[in-house]
Amino acid sequence: MKKTLFDKVWDAHVVDTVKNGPQILYIDKHLIHEVTSPQAFNELEARKIPIFRPQQIIATADHNTPTQDQHLPVKDEMSRIQLTQLSKNCKKNNITLYELGHKYNGIVHVMAPELGITQPGMTMVCGDSHTSTHGAFGSIAFGIGTSQVAQVFASQCLLLTKPKSLRVSVNGKLKNGVLPKDVILYIISKLGTNSGTGYFCEYAGDVFENMSMEGRMTVCNMSIEMGARGGMIAPDDSTFTYIKDRKFAPKNDEFNKKVDYWKTLSSDEGAAFDKEYFMDAEDIEPMITYGTNPGMGIKISETIPTDNDPSFQKSLQYMNFQAGESLINKPVNFVFIGSCTNSRIEDFRVAANYVKGKLKAKNVTAWLVPGSKQVESQIIKEGLKDIFNEAGFELRQPGCSACLAMNEDKIPQNEYCVSTSNRNFEGRQGQGSRTILASPLVAAATAIEGKIIDITKQFN
Amino acid sequence: MEKFKTYISKAIPLNIANVDTDQIIPARFLKATDKKGFGENVFRDWRFDKTGNPVSNFPLNNASYSGSILIAGDNFGCGSSREHAAWALVGYGFKVIVSSFFADIFKGNALNNGLLPVQVSKSFLLQLFSAIKLDSNCQFEVNLENQTISIKGTDLSESFNIDPYKKTCMINGYDDIDYLLSKREIIEAFELQKPY
Ligand code: SF4
Repeated sequence: MKKTLFDKVWDAHVVDTVKNGPQILYIDKHLIHEVTSPQAFNELEARKIPIFRPQQIIATADHNTPTQDQHLPVKDEMSRIQLTQLSKNCKKNNITLYELGHKYNGIVHVMAPELGITQPGMTMVCGDSHTSTHGAFGSIAFGIGTSQVAQVFASQCLLLTKPKSLRVSVNGKLKNGVLPKDVILYIISKLGTNSGTGYFCEYAGDVFENMSMEGRMTVCNMSIEMGARGGMIAPDDSTFTYIKDRKFAPKNDEFNKKVDYWKTLSSDEGAAFDKEYFMDAEDIEPMITYGTNPGMGIKISETIPTDNDPSFQKSLQYMNFQAGESLINKPVNFVFIGSCTNSRIEDFRVAANYVKGKLKAKNVTAWLVPGSKQVESQIIKEGLKDIFNEAGFELRQPGCSACLAMNEDKIPQNEYCVSTSNRNFEGRQGQGSRTILASPLVAAATAIEGKIIDITKQFN
Repeated sequence: MEKFKTYISKAIPLNIANVDTDQIIPARFLKATDKKGFGENVFRDWRFDKTGNPVSNFPLNNASYSGSILIAGDNFGCGSSREHAAWALVGYGFKVIVSSFFADIFKGNALNNGLLPVQVSKSFLLQLFSAIKLDSNCQFEVNLENQTISIKGTDLSESFNIDPYKKTCMINGYDDIDYLLSKREIIEAFELQKPY
């Protein structure tokens, strides 16, 4: 039978099938962080169940870590307790932890790929919905709840019903100034925020084939934003080159053997998908969101649509936008470049390239938050930090930061923030904050101008 | 986990679509290290205004509504994987959430915590909302054994789907960990001959 990429990886991990019920899926790698793991550790301890495969778990501290003065004790007491508890739990159970300050510390979905932990054909889970990021390597990766974290602790397996399959193909050549973030925001704006529920999504077509690994991660990262459990892209030479020589990558012969296997991981010609969509690269432009879910996106040059639905109107009211208006020239006082969607080196290169020789607008507070210590060092090594400093930007220390505002990096009430993160929900970046999702390029331009501009004009 | 019984209860209507997990439990409340206490902060930013006073027209604050069933708009529970959302709803006292659509992860989390997500058709959802509008004391019956939800005092009823394995777990109060532990041997055997 012809199989999809998803089928191939899934089927290889099925341990058993419960009669009339779910399947037992084996999990290769389990990533954990401070916020969604403590209750799972407690549960196992209370039930006297040992952790089954501690070597397959890797931990980092990211969600509520401060992005300044990381060498000092964490000020917020509750955050400190969670971080300490993570360290204790990992130590007690022999789990590798890249804690705050460690040279490999970072956002879980930035840290694991850059260390070569993420590899094609794997199953990976984490108590975080953006685990879908790792699908960029052709792995099945998805977010789980804390009860499931406990299940994986106990058995290295999960009970799951196989999701349906969905493929989004985008072919053609992307216009100048259109970044991977625009591609995924465009897809979500077309398909809606629950089109993917119950599905695993494969992205195919030359747009993704020509995309860097960083870009593919940005795309897969936001699969959850259309409701899909995860996204995947078939591994190819870009994938293998990216992984080679990374810390946890297989070495020498072992690597070559793996590559031979990885090369078999693509959807067979003619394999059937439950749903398929086709889009043209030429139709995509720099995107921006105007509402309170990531599907509420428009091309930056377009106006906000009209819709009588009460939820739509509630959303515009929250954002203080009017149907039919354009966002161009809207003053913006906050810009955030960071989060597991866009905090990799390429994102900072794009931003630095744009701001070089320019000056940040006075009204703007701009936070640049690298996804990991390694990204931070590279920003410094490549001289990007100097460019940012000269343009008046502040480079902070790695973590999730203003993506979910669990630390001090909060956007104040009623303020707009052009953000490269993945969610524009009410209050996501701080109580009453108003998030506008965009690419790092649009974010950088907003910071320079102090308002939203039509970036497409600079490329035509 | 508590065994799931048949619930006959009044319901609280939350006629808003796309209720995301950040609204169910805002991130700033995620810092606890146990599962208790989240109920107090369920829908925090909709229930209370900035000064901490209850928002009077929010359904959970409206004294005419009560019960252990929450009837919500389409696409409930989208957003993050935080199980805290399920803990908060359970902590507040909900046993059943009804919607015309649930986000995947939320649905799994709810089931793992004895909270039953009941997915009904869009038209039946509208009937549920109008039944409460007509009479806020209207009772609803959720019968997991028969997989039905009905509006008491009317002949309006709809059946819902649930994975048979999950249904058994809910009715008996088992969880997946118990099941997986019983499969240790075959998991170990699988590890020795992984096909990849
Ligand atoms: S950066 Fe944001 S979305 Fe990504 S893991 Fe952290 S909190 Fe979640």
